Amino acid sequence: MSETPVSRAARATPPTVARKIKGLSDRAIAWIFVAPTIFLLLAINIFPLIWTIRLSFTNFRANRLNREVEWVGLRNYERILTDTDIWLNMQATAHFLFWTIFFQVLIGFTLAWLINKKFKGNDLWTTIIVLPMMLSPAVVGNFWKFLYQPQIGLFNYIIAFFTGKDPSSFEMLGSVDLAPWSIVIVDTWMWTPFVMLICLAGLRSIPDYIYEAAEIDRASKLRQFFTITIPMVLPFLMLAVLFRGIENFKMFDLVVQLTGGGPGSTTELTSINLKREAFEKWRTGYASAYAIILFVTVFGLASIYVKALNKVKER
Amino acid sequence: MKFSKLTTVSALSMAVASLGATAQADDLTLCWAAWDPANALVELSKEFEAQSGHNMSFEFIPWPNFADRMLNELNSGGKLCDLLIGDSQWIGGGAENGHYVKLNDFFDAEGISMGDFADATVYAYSTWPKGTPNYYALPAMGDANGWFYRKDWFARDDIRDAFKAETGRELGEPKTQKEMLEIAQFFQGREIDGQTVYGAAIFTERGSEGITMGVTSALYPWGFKYENTPGAYDMEGAVNSAEAVEALEFYKEFYKTATPPGYTNSYMGESLDAFKSGQVAMAMNWFAFFPGLYADPNTGGDKIDFFVNPPQNQAGSTLGGQGISVVAYSDKQDAALEYIKWFANPEVQQKWWDLGGYSAHKAVLESPDFVDSAPFAGDFLEAMGAVQDFWQEPAYAELLLAMQKRIHDYVVADQGTAQEALDKLIEDWTETFEDEGKL
Repeated sequence: MSETPVSRAARATPPTVARKIKGLSDRAIAWIFVAPTIFLLLAINIFPLIWTIRLSFTNFRANRLNREVEWVGLRNYERILTDTDIWLNMQATAHFLFWTIFFQVLIGFTLAWLINKKFKGNDLWTTIIVLPMMLSPAVVGNFWKFLYQPQIGLFNYIIAFFTGKDPSSFEMLGSVDLAPWSIVIVDTWMWTPFVMLICLAGLRSIPDYIYEAAEIDRASKLRQFFTITIPMVLPFLMLAVLFRGIENFKMFDLVVQLTGGGPGSTTELTSINLKREAFEKWRTGYASAYAIILFVTVFGLASIYVKALNKVKER
Repeated sequence: MKFSKLTTVSALSMAVASLGATAQADDLTLCWAAWDPANALVELSKEFEAQSGHNMSFEFIPWPNFADRMLNELNSGGKLCDLLIGDSQWIGGGAENGHYVKLNDFFDAEGISMGDFADATVYAYSTWPKGTPNYYALPAMGDANGWFYRKDWFARDDIRDAFKAETGRELGEPKTQKEMLEIAQFFQGREIDGQTVYGAAIFTERGSEGITMGVTSALYPWGFKYENTPGAYDMEGAVNSAEAVEALEFYKEFYKTATPPGYTNSYMGESLDAFKSGQVAMAMNWFAFFPGLYADPNTGGDKIDFFVNPPQNQAGSTLGGQGISVVAYSDKQDAALEYIKWFANPEVQQKWWDLGGYSAHKAVLESPDFVDSAPFAGDFLEAMGAVQDFWQEPAYAELLLAMQKRIHDYVVADQGTAQEALDKLIEDWTETFEDEGKL
């Protein structure tokens, strides 16, 4: 009888270990396998979270380790929640989040729908469209800064060409009204391809026979779109919204490169403000409370959303 | 036999000597901002390497990230830098948080006298608490915010005639802040040699310290004060005085009416670019850049001249510049102190000025040849006689970011009034000082 790899491994296992394992239940062996992961999870995620919660009730500053740390109770939370400037940051974040997701879903789905049509060169177009999302956000931020430059920027010249306005008569990054839209435009340009790819996967997963059956039933193209395409792509679309929502809630690099949070504080998203509090002002306790508030917000919204997503999937 | 013994002894002596030299030679790292004077310091330090046998390495960080990067390094007790040329405002934190080595004993032992350096630089770059004889740095690079302009444009008859017709006075270096604004507004949008040019490049940057350094160049000449009584943190009536409000409104008017389009987030680099590309008639920037500007083949030489930040109610310039400190976490403090001893030497200080650095040593500044040694040397001396600096408290970063926000909100983003901006600034600063236990 020839020797199998399993019998070879069994023979190679030291008898003491084998004896020990032999006495363990399946559950115990499972715990042995997952223990390193759980340990890492506790060390990297759970412990810092608990520590952050603890710090959020103190006036701790990470740059003053020799200073006495005072327990300040809920004062940090109270300060944050009653600070009108922070609510303005929240508004700026909400504006950015809503409009980027809106445009990315709209344009991403449209592009996916067009790319899904069989035509010559559609692979080439797919490659071209996904190029922006392969770039580094810092690079994108920098070159869009040049594109938005009022005197030499291509963007202003294109707008001027269509509107007849003087290119240097408006400032995308310097105007309080336009700056929030300028960051929406750049993020949409960069991340629409991501939404498109997810939608494309959804569209390609719809079996042809469903459309063929609809054709036989003489369903119009519009009816097919609303009763077959949209419902079947919806779980994919919702997943894309979830990913983009979480990503954009913590948006930092792109906006810092483009506007630095300005003009004034018009585009100072919560992540930028949090970074300033934590690592420039070094108000560690205050920043911890800020981070916990943001965490609860994102976690709460994401949980509700995931439940909705599961319901859509079950349909 | 005798010869071979001699050879062996000689070889051993040489080996021991070389080992000794190796043990004494250290690799020192000096950290500073990445800008023109840093290159001059690299050149200057070659002499120190030759004399001491130590090797010098340099870590130069671009200005927008300099404070962030270096303060993180210090706060984490990093050993990257043995020597740090840190910004003047860091001195309080450097001293109180134990980042910098106190240099008093070393100065006494080596006969280095702070009386040999310009008083304003010793006060600003070396002492903590302010003005006390507790030294944490040697003045390394004197600096202030000054101005430069297109001398060739100012000399053209057609432009001079147009200016006189418009304002009723001769075009020349401004004597007051308001005259400067008038000149800038005159150039704003004007066609010169077929190109549209603009008034002036000023600081409006939001992220680090830009707009604060710019606006204080207007606030100080109007008589702005941080406190009514020095050390009392009583800011009401000082920070938001009528003069301060007027100065802030002036800076906003300057920004709105006399700067190039899109100049919403601009600091040193943008100011240099705007001037070198022939876009502006005047620009503000640190004296540190003036040697490079004067040497520029396109806009330097005969085409450029310099002036000190003009007074209004009084003379006043925003202080720049830095002192050199030994980092407390360095393992090579002896070698680092050796560098400071060498750097304090008057001859080295003269070479420092000759290479493009701004010495603060009186032997250089008070030399009879100094004023004529460069077209901006006299202005530099004048500026250093009336400099004021931002808070140098350990919580300076928090105080600075609050000012960045309030000023940018008002000047660039058009939010609220100057009075409201300064009132809010007092609220922010009061909160900081309360947290610090100083109020």
